Amino acid sequence: MTATQTIGSAASPKGAAAPSPAADVAIDCRVEKIFYGNFLAVRDSHVPVQKGKITGFIGPSGCGKSTVLRSLNRMNDMITGFKLEGHVHFMGQDLYASYVDPVVVRRYIGMVFQQPNPFSMSIYDNVAFGLRLNRFKGNLDDKVEHALRRAALWDEVKDKLKASGLSLSGGQQQRLCIARAVATEPTVLLMDEPCSALDPIATRRVEQLMLELKDDYTIALVTHNMQQATRVADITAFFGVDISQGGRTGYLVEMGETKQIFEEPREQLTKQYIRGEFS
Amino acid sequence: MASNPFSAAAVAGAITQPPTGRDYLVDRSFRSLALVGAVLIIALMAYILYEIGGQAWPAISKYHIDFLTTSAWNVQDGVFGILPVIWGTLYSSLLALLIGGFFGLTVAIFLSQDFLPPRLAFVFRTIIEMLAAIPSVVFGLWGIFVVIPAIRPVANWLHESFGWIPFFSTSLSGPGLAPATIVLAIMILPTVAAISQDALNLVPYRTKEAAYGMGATRWEAILKVMVPTAAGGIFSAMVLGFGRALGETMALAMLIGNSNTISLSLFSPAKTLASLLASNFPEAGPIEVEALMYAALVLLLITLIVNIAGIGILQVTQRRISGKS
Ligand SMILES: Nc1ncnc2c1ncn2[C@@H]1O[C@H](COP(=O)(O)OP(=O)(O)OP(=O)(O)O)[C@@H](O)[C@H]1O
Ligand SMILES: [Mg+2]
Repeated sequence: MTATQTIGSAASPKGAAAPSPAADVAIDCRVEKIFYGNFLAVRDSHVPVQKGKITGFIGPSGCGKSTVLRSLNRMNDMITGFKLEGHVHFMGQDLYASYVDPVVVRRYIGMVFQQPNPFSMSIYDNVAFGLRLNRFKGNLDDKVEHALRRAALWDEVKDKLKASGLSLSGGQQQRLCIARAVATEPTVLLMDEPCSALDPIATRRVEQLMLELKDDYTIALVTHNMQQATRVADITAFFGVDISQGGRTGYLVEMGETKQIFEEPREQLTKQYIRGEFS
Repeated sequence: MASNPFSAAAVAGAITQPPTGRDYLVDRSFRSLALVGAVLIIALMAYILYEIGGQAWPAISKYHIDFLTTSAWNVQDGVFGILPVIWGTLYSSLLALLIGGFFGLTVAIFLSQDFLPPRLAFVFRTIIEMLAAIPSVVFGLWGIFVVIPAIRPVANWLHESFGWIPFFSTSLSGPGLAPATIVLAIMILPTVAAISQDALNLVPYRTKEAAYGMGATRWEAILKVMVPTAAGGIFSAMVLGFGRALGETMALAMLIGNSNTISLSLFSPAKTLASLLASNFPEAGPIEVEALMYAALVLLLITLIVNIAGIGILQVTQRRISGKS
């Protein structure tokens, strides 16, 4: 309960938040080490996610983009053996403080997963799920339609809202998951390669949605698509893999304005990666 | 074996090639074997129905449908009716399903949703499965010497204080529905728990992740996502548990009191088809045997109907849920 109130009150623009870092940072993520069991997956990554902006995470496969993203709303807590050293501050609160309930965290920080994962219930119920969870009292139909329109899915499903979410194609399922996540309008939205299963048109519409949402919300986006990063991300974080200590450990190579990362990267590694010299 | 229309595509040293004749042979043998198995099972079922039906035929032609709608069982006068027995069978099984199903599902949730470390959950599951291995007669003895004395004071207190409620309208003098149902519930619990647990374990991890990702609490995730997703399997578990309760014989014959009464009271003695067969067959003369065969046929049909209805309901709901209509 304490956690609800603290985060809730801090959500107001000038809430009396605890010593917060730069006021324009929504999630201040300072990972020292992330372990899965004994495996050091990510080290030394300071990734401040700016309020009202889209932060893109790019980097080769297995460098820990999903791992870092998922630790921003404590999704990794479900994995046995997961351990985070360092801290993640949201609205001036340490998300990993012992009194913070991950359930509360996830209500404010929503997530779209790398794999589409709709519930085996109707399309309508899928989108209404979060609204009902939050005891939304307004017009459910309107909210569901709005969310489906935002996810560029409305036209395809408006005549079969009662059909199962699992009856949709892979790309449609992914957009359904996007609709489900945006329906509750979480303060921060974490998106893990939301467009990897989408065709170019749906991809554009989802990108449009992200640009639309960022006026009011904060987005962190993992993508393998360099063009997508340049199109939508304001800030880009580039992760690399360090194999010097034996294992494959991911770390933040550099982070900055997207334009700077792509046009004049400071690090040689970044330059090579965005030129497509390795993946 | 089969002709390959694409043989022209095969160049020297190509790796891809059509399945060989042997591959096709194995494939076909497996299919025939499966078909033979399926046909054998259906044939066995039909044979049992035919055989029991044949033995019951004299009784069917003598008592007609009255057999199902009357209550007297009088060997001297050759009057047979099994209405109270059908009632006792369905009532005791439904009550057992209500209790055993509820606790079975609870146990399944407890063992599958990370309430326990995996190893401990496995130990618990094994213990519960061992319940299924306890012989029926042991359950019966336990019922007589433990359950009945334990619940009698409670039952009689309920009867004295709330006797106006139909369920408590008689007192419990010894054997009766309540102890029989409790024991029956424990006997079907392992079935319900094990199959429900398997169904819950089959829910993909990413579905669970989606539920927690939306900010669901553990109970919200379990009740709103996990259980509905596994509903098909859980329903099958209930149907199997109900089937098991319908056919349970020995423990019931020992505990239910074997009395031809139709009563809503949980404390009244009753009789079930299986217990009727078990207790009357040994000393039955030829005429009673015919009647008992008729009763056996009724039990068989009830079980068949329950299972077929279960499968039907399952298919309809599955189709609705998976959307593959
Ligand atoms: N649940 C887990 N248990 C153990 N190790 C894991 C788990 N999830 C990820 N890892 C490991 O952590 C490292 C980082 O994985 P992560 O999924 O974060 O990579 P990624 O950057 O998202 O890759 P991709 O672009 O392919 O999605 C990998 O080496 C992976 O094997
Ligand atoms: Mg990933």
